[in-house]
Amino acid sequence: MTGTEDQIMKLLRNVKDPEIPVLDVVEMGIVRHVHFEPDGAVRVDITPTYSGCPAMHVIREDIVRALHDGGFEDIEVHTVFDEAWSTEWMTEEARTKLSAYGIAPPGRLDENDGLLPLLREESALACPFCGSNHTRLTSAFGATACKSLHFCEDCRQPFEHFKCI
Amino acid sequence: MVETTTQTALFEYVLQLGDDALVHGHRLSEWCGHGPYLEEDIALANIALDHIGQANALLHLAGELEQAGRTENDLAYLRDATAFRNALLLEMPRGDFGYTITRQWLFASYAFLLYEGLRHSANKTLAGIAAKAYKEIRYHLRHSSEWMVRLGDGTAESHRRAQEALDALWMYTGELFEPPESELVADGIAPDLGALRPRWDEMVAHVAQRATLLLPPADSFMATGGRNGRHSEHLGHMLAEMQILPRSFPGATW
Repeated sequence: MTGTEDQIMKLLRNVKDPEIPVLDVVEMGIVRHVHFEPDGAVRVDITPTYSGCPAMHVIREDIVRALHDGGFEDIEVHTVFDEAWSTEWMTEEARTKLSAYGIAPPGRLDENDGLLPLLREESALACPFCGSNHTRLTSAFGATACKSLHFCEDCRQPFEHFKCI
Repeated sequence: MVETTTQTALFEYVLQLGDDALVHGHRLSEWCGHGPYLEEDIALANIALDHIGQANALLHLAGELEQAGRTENDLAYLRDATAFRNALLLEMPRGDFGYTITRQWLFASYAFLLYEGLRHSANKTLAGIAAKAYKEIRYHLRHSSEWMVRLGDGTAESHRRAQEALDALWMYTGELFEPPESELVADGIAPDLGALRPRWDEMVAHVAQRATLLLPPADSFMATGGRNGRHSEHLGHMLAEMQILPRSFPGATW
């Protein structure tokens, strides 16, 4: 990367996920490429976490604003699908931040986990608040497209989990 | 390989995929605020959102392929029912919870196999969209399959409603396997639905058995027409609700 592309990436590290503001769009793997077009415009390629994720609109605007504030005039943000976004791209640091924020981080993705109904042996998630494994799933679909809802039987708190995808 | 697929055939195919996602997404969204309990209300809305996002990407691609200046919004909101290419199964009204779940299960089983194949499409953009959608559809399939077992192997009432839904919806499943244009398959753009059919039969039979539900006979009458714009009376009403806002304020933007 050239010197100025480094600058862009640094500015993008200040663009946080609107729903999970402890994570930035770079460490989440949402930003895929950054480069300069022949006419001098900055082109940022982003990929959606989930097909219908409504936060992507906000992220797009925030990227333009962050780069504009950083002194860049001409900015193009493109949505690309070359590689399907995966929680595997999330760094260890990002997972730790999620846990500290109160969201159980995604485990490792098992492509071949059985889809046969009610035969899955889900290992109970660790509660991000008290660490107990005495937890249960309350809904596979949560407040956002990327999260599921769980309950800790020990500290009696509900918590969210960032689903593996 | 000599490519024989015309631009028109490709556009129509992607439009069909987009319309399936859009119409099913809309039907699921009709449950928002009306779910049997909060967590399931949220689940159906989440699944609807996945579908709408997929439709957005697919219709955007369709617009680019058509090269007539239509955007994904033009395609979603300004076409009449005869121009839609969704399968009839998806435009059926939402019915009761058992009906919605049964429809979702039948479609998700199909979409899971279809998108598994589409990930390898010779059209790279379509392959990328499909790779994303496939991962989401796995969750939809799991959700609806588990519900089928709960409902079918549940109370006398849930069993009755699930069986009635299956009996009513079965006639719309044949259309899912109507083959796409042969060039699309030959050129590696679309998977061969004939090859997917036995796997769908097996998946559906397995879940039905666990759910203690009976599948209607394999040679039952099958409805057709959606892929050619011949839709049921239900689609027009659905589109009227779905399209009223942009049609009332042409050109308006957020």
